[in-house]
Amino acid sequence: MSRNPYIRTISSTSWWLAQPRYIRYMAREVSCVLIGAYTGVVVVGLLRLSEGAEAWAGFLEAIQTPVSIVFHLLALAFALYHTTTWFNVTPKAMPLQFGDTQVPGSVIIGAHYAGWIVVSALLLFLAGV
Amino acid sequence: MARSNKPIVWSLFAAGGTFAAFVTPVMIVITGLALSFGFLPPEALSYERLSGLIENPIAKAIVFLTIFLPAWHAAHRLRITAHDFGVREDGLVSIVCYGLASAATVIAAYALLSL
Repeated sequence: MSRNPYIRTISSTSWWLAQPRYIRYMAREVSCVLIGAYTGVVVVGLLRLSEGAEAWAGFLEAIQTPVSIVFHLLALAFALYHTTTWFNVTPKAMPLQFGDTQVPGSVIIGAHYAGWIVVSALLLFLAGV
Repeated sequence: MARSNKPIVWSLFAAGGTFAAFVTPVMIVITGLALSFGFLPPEALSYERLSGLIENPIAKAIVFLTIFLPAWHAAHRLRITAHDFGVREDGLVSIVCYGLASAATVIAAYALLSL
């Protein structure tokens, strides 16, 4: 006599709500939606710039509407989450070894954060802050 | 061995992810929030200043990378994430994701060359 095998039913659409770990994973993955949408905003800005002074002024106005501010704050939150999750796996993604010595993960991660601060400060300086 | 486009999309995902990690947060602050919150003087993003800056080929290259790399990173990750959300039509998803990234790339190149 054979019994039906036990099949655990897992929802293919909402499985990630089951554990905080899965939610953090999905938050990391969903960061791409915000990064992609922001890239779209940059493309539109570039087009407006190429169309002349008036079009650009309209773009600057649109950027300062409440909807745009909320979008950019949300995008910033997800972009920062992308940055931290990306840097924190760098020792696994590209381990460094000199001779027999393995460079500690904390050094690799720390170097990324240091570089990030330099790049951010440089871009803010170039922008005129 | 079967040919695959995996190395291409994967390397763009990795390069784009690294670029986005370093550059995207500060770019969001500069282009999206600085004016509203007053971190930047209004003339910093004036038409005169930016249309002058963008004539420099190095500036063009940086702006192109700022669009091209994160776009392909986001496209590849979105394709994979669609599967995690239960969407199983990978062929259609790929066309939409990579299509959007291609459109962003082409429009960016066109706008930069016409500036």
